[in-house]
Amino acid sequence: MSAAQKVAVLKGGGSLERTVSLRSGARVQQALSRLGYEVIAIDPGQDLVAQLHEAKPDAAFLALHGGDGEDGTVQGLLELIGVPYTGSGPAACMRCTDKALAKYLMREASIPTPDFTAIKESAIRELGVSAALGDIERLLGFPLVVKPANQGSALGVKFARSSDELPGAIVGALSYDRKAVIERYVKGRDLAVSVLDPATELSSASGPPLALPVVEAIPREEEFYNYESRYEIGMTTFVCPAELPEETTARAQQLALETYKLLGCHGVARVDLMMDGETGELSVLETNVGPGLTETSLLPLAADAAGIGFEELVGRILASAFTR
Amino acid sequence: MDDRRRTRPAAHELARYEALFATRTRGMKSSAMREMMALTERPDVISLAGGLPDTSTFAPELYAKLMAQVAANSTARALQYGPTEGMAATVGCIVDVMAAEGTQVDPSEVIVTTGGQQVIDLVCKALIDPDDVIVAEAPTYPGAVPTFGAYQAQVVQIEIDEDGMPIDELEATLDRLQSEGRRPKFIYTIPNFQNPGGVTMSLARRRRLVQVARERELLVLEDNPYGLLRYEGDPLPTLYSLDAKNGSQPSGGSDLVVYLGTFSKILSPGLRLGWAVAPRPVLEKLNLGKQGSDLCSSPVTQMFVAAYFAETGSESEPAQPAWVEYVERLRLLYRRRRDVMLQALEEHFGGRASWTRPQGGLFIWATLDGNVDTTDLLARSEGVAFVPGRAAYMDGRRGSSSMRLNFAGVPDDDIREGIRRIGEIMGGDTGLLGSLMGTQSAQSAETRSPAAATPTAPPDDGTPLADVLELPRREGAEPAHKARRRRDR
Repeated sequence: MSAAQKVAVLKGGGSLERTVSLRSGARVQQALSRLGYEVIAIDPGQDLVAQLHEAKPDAAFLALHGGDGEDGTVQGLLELIGVPYTGSGPAACMRCTDKALAKYLMREASIPTPDFTAIKESAIRELGVSAALGDIERLLGFPLVVKPANQGSALGVKFARSSDELPGAIVGALSYDRKAVIERYVKGRDLAVSVLDPATELSSASGPPLALPVVEAIPREEEFYNYESRYEIGMTTFVCPAELPEETTARAQQLALETYKLLGCHGVARVDLMMDGETGELSVLETNVGPGLTETSLLPLAADAAGIGFEELVGRILASAFTR
Repeated sequence: MDDRRRTRPAAHELARYEALFATRTRGMKSSAMREMMALTERPDVISLAGGLPDTSTFAPELYAKLMAQVAANSTARALQYGPTEGMAATVGCIVDVMAAEGTQVDPSEVIVTTGGQQVIDLVCKALIDPDDVIVAEAPTYPGAVPTFGAYQAQVVQIEIDEDGMPIDELEATLDRLQSEGRRPKFIYTIPNFQNPGGVTMSLARRRRLVQVARERELLVLEDNPYGLLRYEGDPLPTLYSLDAKNGSQPSGGSDLVVYLGTFSKILSPGLRLGWAVAPRPVLEKLNLGKQGSDLCSSPVTQMFVAAYFAETGSESEPAQPAWVEYVERLRLLYRRRRDVMLQALEEHFGGRASWTRPQGGLFIWATLDGNVDTTDLLARSEGVAFVPGRAAYMDGRRGSSSMRLNFAGVPDDDIREGIRRIGEIMGGDTGLLGSLMGTQSAQSAETRSPAAATPTAPPDDGTPLADVLELPRREGAEPAHKARRRRDR
């Protein structure tokens, strides 16, 4: 039986993924209501703390994507005011949301991730990074993917096919964050593995986190440009379980679990991977601690393929608020 | 827990819906850029993005009086369905508006629509099969882009210059299409104060466009929402009237021009009332299409318009209709705001961008020098919003260094402050790019702390303004938008 009776669903917020978050949140609200909880919705803004003080929820369900809702800010605040919340804690959020930090940690732990470097805006202004662009070219080669270190949206993700395009791509990415990750482009198949903590509360079972079936995102248009399309609804077809050799599936799930553990995630996370089109090798791109929960999101899709319906999924994520 | 009802989705929800969606929904893209635009719809953001007129200029007492009048005289009719083509009294108002633009129309060739936007939708519905070609201007009205996409049209865009769509280019494009065995279903143009380009099609080009349409038997959709909002220069004849002059219609109307008008910019977009004037065979299809879409446009707002147009103004001698006086007031107001924005652009964008100087309408189109993507700039622009140029192109890629700025919807101070904020962000971007490319000292003006910066006069040695001048903040109290949140950093 759940300890929580009153659940505050946090949705919206001020990030670039606001509208997706509103959709995730609405769906979570419905599911929680059906599960018998008293549900209130909060759109984090100036009055977030005041609203939480007034409502005194037993738990907060975080349906926030991007920005303060995913980078540990809201999590830290909830700890401060003593509201249990779903998903990863502040430190894991920071490790995952900062793609550069996540990649450095993965490299140290020998989890394969595409070669990369990271550049901070201040380094360009104050440390003369322009003279190192040649080194980037030498170490990583072209084409390169340049992305803001903390963005989950397609915005700011740029390709650089030559040294001419690199400075513009970096400045573009830096419009969204103070740090940009410059990564070797891996051409191949786009995979995602969601990881869910064991269903402690529902079945009183405990054990290691569970890797859900692999989802493959297949862009509709086979075009170099369309790296962006993986984020655009309707531009991508999702297949779950992905049609992969058994050992590739197992390896992808294993890498996802290792990454989840390495970064200290809790409750739920989605790990994005690439499978090299030529070598078939897998590498981890990033980990998302606030995965989407809309009708078209990858986590519910993967859960469904594992026989976990949406309400059960929501119930299990809620349970993570009490198992920290 | 067990007593709680637990339902499981029947199958993979996504796959289930995917199979149900029509193919055309693939043309309906949700874009990351629109997500970002949605984010700017907050009270602490100065929005130069919308296509908004300033509805705060309409007297609340008059609004109340007119609504009371509609209620007192015709509650039952106002609350009832109306004819698909629109109510006769409203059509009469439309005839008046068009006459004010020097265009005579036969009331029987008018259909009242739910905003001008519905005309674009109905014209596509009547004319466009998947893969049919539409010729449009580049850039074009961002709101037409999703409509064209939804009907799976192939849109060929022709770059405009200061005189609007170059007809030579149009003819070359039509020839090329013909050689590929393709023929556009219609040419979409906004001849007056183009949205978003701000330019106006010259009289010579208007004549040639009509001539080309006649020679090749092509329909033209003339989108004219702002024709009456002219702040300088002589009004030019509508394409509709130019074509009607040589027309063969017994009504005296045009053969090939479908005219789109709206009350949105001269009265209110909240009324959701626009109209089309079209050759009768086309009109019939639009009417059938509208029946399927919404049966009729709101009789409540149609009756409001009719009541409003019957009002006599109080500001002129001899007395003019109230709506004519109101449009005149809007013209004066928007002209001033346009000038405020042009001046602000000169001050804050000078030397690193070019922009149009519209003779009317609501928009200025600014194009930045160098390789700055305005979508990224918007992400950086805290507390101010504009439409990134990419929204005005079907491929969502061209126009990346341009932006559309609306000068009509916000007060003078907000215009100045909004442009100042954009200019400040641009300076940061340019400085950063310069530093990265090693073409400029990293210790440029933008990087200095504001405390260290003292306002200086522009240098006279030809150095670009952006490189040396830290623009001073406005004197006095910051506007209400100061309490802006840092976004997603």
